[in-house]
Amino acid sequence: MAGAGVREFKRRIRSVKNTQQITKAMKMVAAAKLRRAQERAESSRPYTETLQGTLARLAALSTDVEHPLLVKREEIRKVGYIVVTADRGLCGGYNTNIIRAANDSIAADDRKVDAGIIAVGRKARDFYRKRSGLDAEFINLGDNVSYTDAREIAGYIINAYENEELDEVYLVYSRFVNVLRQEPTVTKLLPIEPPEQQKDAETPEKLIEYIYEPSAELILLTLLPRYVGSQIYHAMLEGKASEQGARMTAMGNATQNAGEIIDSLTLQMNKVRQSAITDEILDIVGGAEALNKGGK
Amino acid sequence: MADNTFMVEIVTPEQILFKNEVQFLVVPELNGELGVLKNHAPMIAALDVGVVRYTDPEGKVKKIALSGGFMEVIYNEVRVLAETAEHGSEIDVLRAKAAKERAERRLQLQDENLNAYRAEMALKRAIARLKAAEANIRE
Repeated sequence: MAGAGVREFKRRIRSVKNTQQITKAMKMVAAAKLRRAQERAESSRPYTETLQGTLARLAALSTDVEHPLLVKREEIRKVGYIVVTADRGLCGGYNTNIIRAANDSIAADDRKVDAGIIAVGRKARDFYRKRSGLDAEFINLGDNVSYTDAREIAGYIINAYENEELDEVYLVYSRFVNVLRQEPTVTKLLPIEPPEQQKDAETPEKLIEYIYEPSAELILLTLLPRYVGSQIYHAMLEGKASEQGARMTAMGNATQNAGEIIDSLTLQMNKVRQSAITDEILDIVGGAEALNKGGK
Repeated sequence: MADNTFMVEIVTPEQILFKNEVQFLVVPELNGELGVLKNHAPMIAALDVGVVRYTDPEGKVKKIALSGGFMEVIYNEVRVLAETAEHGSEIDVLRAKAAKERAERRLQLQDENLNAYRAEMALKRAIARLKAAEANIRE
C-alpha cells in the first residue's frame, strides 16, 4: 500500500519541523543577546574615547617620554596574535573567517618570525591546539563580556611583552558592521602607536596648557596598560556583537531552509497520496465496470 | 547657588557611573588628595586607589570608591576614568570586609607564590571601598 510512503514523509516533515523550531528559537535568542552586546559596546565608548583622546594629547605633547610599551623593537623574534573567537559554533562562517584572517596575516609576514597564538574563545583554542604555536588560552568567558576578563588578558600580554617573549602583538577580531556584515580585522596592539589627535575639532586643544599631576611620564605609565586593556575589551565586545549577528543570520537562513524543505516534502507527500488515491479509484472504477459488464 | 558648580563624569569601561553637577570634588591623586573647584585650570592627573569625595549642589558630601585611574579637567568639565568605581551607598560592606581580611591573610602568610603587589593592591581596594561605604552609614 502507498500509505507507508505517506507515513515516511510525515515522519521526515516532523523531524525537519523540530529542527526548524530549534533554529528559530536560536535566532531569537541571538537577537536578544546581540542587543545586549550592542548596549555594552555603547556604554564602553565614553571610557575608550576619553582614554584615546588623553593618550593622543600626551603623545603629541611629549615626544621625549619613553615607555617600553611604546618603543619599537629593532629585532623581532616572535609576534603574538590575540585571536578573539566565540566559544560556540552555529554562527555561520564567523569563527572560520577570524581564524583565516589570523592565518593570512601570519603567512603574509615575510620577516620569518615565530608566531604565538593567544586564543580567546574555545573555537580559536581548539583550532590552534591541533597545530603548534598556542601560547595561552582564555576560554569560557560567557556571553557577557566583562572588563575583568579583558584586564586579565591585558596583564598576560603586557607581561609577555615586557619579558621580551613577544616583540609585537596583534589583535585579530571581527568588527561589527551590521547584522549582515562582520569584518575580520587585524590591528596592531603592541608596541602602542598612539592615536592621532583629531584635528577636525574646532577647539584648539593643542593650545591648552595642561597641568600634569604628578608628571606626564607617570600619567603615561598608568595610562598605557589601561589603554591595552581597553583595546582588548573593545575587540571582545565587537567580537561578541559580531558573533550574535552572525548567529542570527545563520539561524535565520537555517529556519528558511527548513521551511523550504518542509514545503517540498509536503508537496511530494501530497503527490504520493494523490497517486495512491488515483490508483485506488482506478481499481474501483475498473472493478465496477467489470461487474457491470458481467451483469449485462 | 548653582553658579559655583561644574560637571563631573565618572566613567568606567562598563558604564558611566556618575554624571552630575558638583560644588567640590576631591580625588586621590598619587601624591595625596587633590581638590577641584569651579574654574580649575586644565589638568590631567593620575589617580591612586582610594575614595573620591564630592559635594553635590545641595551641599551633601558623598563618596565613591575608585580603583585608580586618572582625571581630566577642562573648561569646568571633569572626567574621571577608572577601571572600577562604586558608589559608597552601593558597596557591600560584608564583602569588602571579607576581601580586606583575605588580602591581609595573604600578605601575612608570605607565601613564595604570592604576588605581593597584587595582594597589596587588593588590600588597598578593599580599604578604599570600606572607607567609601562607612561614611555613608554614619550620615
